[in-house]
Amino acid sequence: MDSKNGNLIELRGVTKVYHRDRIEVPVLQGIDLAIREGEFVALMGPSGSGKSTLLNLIGGIDTPTSGEVRVAGESLGTLKSSRLASWRARHIGFIFQLYNLIPVLTAYQNVELPLLLTRLSSADRKKRVTFALGLVGLEGREKHFPRQLSGGEEQRVAIARAIVADPTLLVADEPTGDLDAKNAAEILLLLQRLNRELQKTILMVTHDPHAAERAQRTLHLDKGVLQP
Amino acid sequence: MKFFRLILANLMRSKRRTFLTTFSIAIALFLFCTLRTVITSFEASLRASEATRLVVRHGASLVFPLPLSYEDRLARVPGVTGVTYGNWFGGVYQDPKNQFAQFAMDVPTMFDLFPDTVLPEDQKKAFLAERTSCIVGRALAKKFGWKIGDAVPILGTIYPGDWRFVIRGIYEGRTKDVDENTLFFHWDYLNESLPQGRKDYVGIYWLRIASPSMAAAVSERVDDMFRNSSQPTKTETEKAFQAGFISMIGNIQLLLTILGSAIVFAIMLVTINTMMMAARERTTEIAVLKTLGFSDGLILRLVGGEALLVSLVGGVLGCGLAALIFHEMDFTGGGFFPNFRVLPETILAGLLLAVLMGVLSGVAPAVSAARLRIANALRKVA
Repeated sequence: MDSKNGNLIELRGVTKVYHRDRIEVPVLQGIDLAIREGEFVALMGPSGSGKSTLLNLIGGIDTPTSGEVRVAGESLGTLKSSRLASWRARHIGFIFQLYNLIPVLTAYQNVELPLLLTRLSSADRKKRVTFALGLVGLEGREKHFPRQLSGGEEQRVAIARAIVADPTLLVADEPTGDLDAKNAAEILLLLQRLNRELQKTILMVTHDPHAAERAQRTLHLDKGVLQP
Repeated sequence: MKFFRLILANLMRSKRRTFLTTFSIAIALFLFCTLRTVITSFEASLRASEATRLVVRHGASLVFPLPLSYEDRLARVPGVTGVTYGNWFGGVYQDPKNQFAQFAMDVPTMFDLFPDTVLPEDQKKAFLAERTSCIVGRALAKKFGWKIGDAVPILGTIYPGDWRFVIRGIYEGRTKDVDENTLFFHWDYLNESLPQGRKDYVGIYWLRIASPSMAAAVSERVDDMFRNSSQPTKTETEKAFQAGFISMIGNIQLLLTILGSAIVFAIMLVTINTMMMAARERTTEIAVLKTLGFSDGLILRLVGGEALLVSLVGGVLGCGLAALIFHEMDFTGGGFFPNFRVLPETILAGLLLAVLMGVLSGVAPAVSAARLRIANALRKVA
């Protein structure tokens, strides 16, 4: 967290331009944004508005064309690839729309993945994985492979994977986009619990206004510009 | 070690593909070990050649014999300290598959010329005393379960007929390079059984000379002595004779090296392609791992490790199978390769080749996985 003003995320004058063939495609234009620690923020906007790009910049998996992205006290543009990777491991938990679990690993092994990058012993990793799977209500499903789980369960495993290393920030890219209404509601409830009970800062991209209602604050992005 | 499970899980993703890739590497390295062993067995037979032994054969070709009457004249050549002779018999034991070398030798003189063929004194006496007896190498006796006193029936091919020899001794080589897969029997027994026109002819004479430095002079003297006879000779060192015998089938070493390299290279290209396909199919997963904090270096090691593991397992299987099969079969190639053993250095070379294949086939997919840009790989621009 930035010790000066309590903001976990700060973006100043961030632009992002993609190049397709020789054509420049501006995706984000002059984004200024501040999110405080412990907030649950929803990011809405039409397709192609730059929501996921903004999420990727904040999650440290993409770099801005210009401007500064500062997250958890670190200016991401100054970090080299290897340091950025360990920064992500320490600070960011990702939740994807399509879960993105590794199909050849069990639920337990998928959740354990971020912990393999730590110095934790096997026993300590087991404790943490068991705790995370319990938190998302998947006790007893440790040995199941993703193909043996429902969509909602897969997303729970993905959430357990995102929180198991106790990251500073959870970034969720349309986490309910591939789920039916019942499962979507359960996942949103889970995210709310993580925010309220574990004080996790959450930034969630969504198309769904009902999903956005669960957040404390909603940002609107249109044509790469944050709407007032 | 904690990442080994991840490597293994990825390899087990497509069991059939992993099995086929491993199997093809195993086949390539099996062939490499086999071809390499052909070369090393030739080299072993050259090493077993004595520098103080000369071989005298017919000047035109090995297939033409020399008269027995040459023996005395050869023994009188200055520098010659011993003479023995023998004929390649070329018979079949029970089945044409059971091929091994058989030589009819002048038994009273053979041990003097071949001191590396070690036989206990009592067995030597028994062999000398019985004209229908034979001695066999330790490896040959083990292969067929023979023991002293057993009768060995041989169907003659060059010398037609049903031959029967009683084993009176089992010899051992003084060094590991000495062939232990040959049957020796009495030349006299062979000679007396032949029709008049074929009697008293010898396939090869071996001469012992006082010093290796005399080889050229003695060879020249012998060949000069018979130059104008109806059966001229060709005399050379045993090593040169063995090398010439091998070269009769062409530059075998070069041929085998090219063949082995071509096989390994072709399989390596297939493996590179397979590994690249396997990594390409997992683009999103690799991007997800990087998202979780796996560094480029770790991804490089994980993807490269898969190729290395497949190659190593293939290498161990291929080299291990070659060593096991040729050991169990006691393969001698019909007597052509009496020392056909896959040497530890051949296995080591095979395993190093497997590692090299693993590294080379893993480099391209590993580097491209490490360089993968997460945002592009996740293919999402909202």
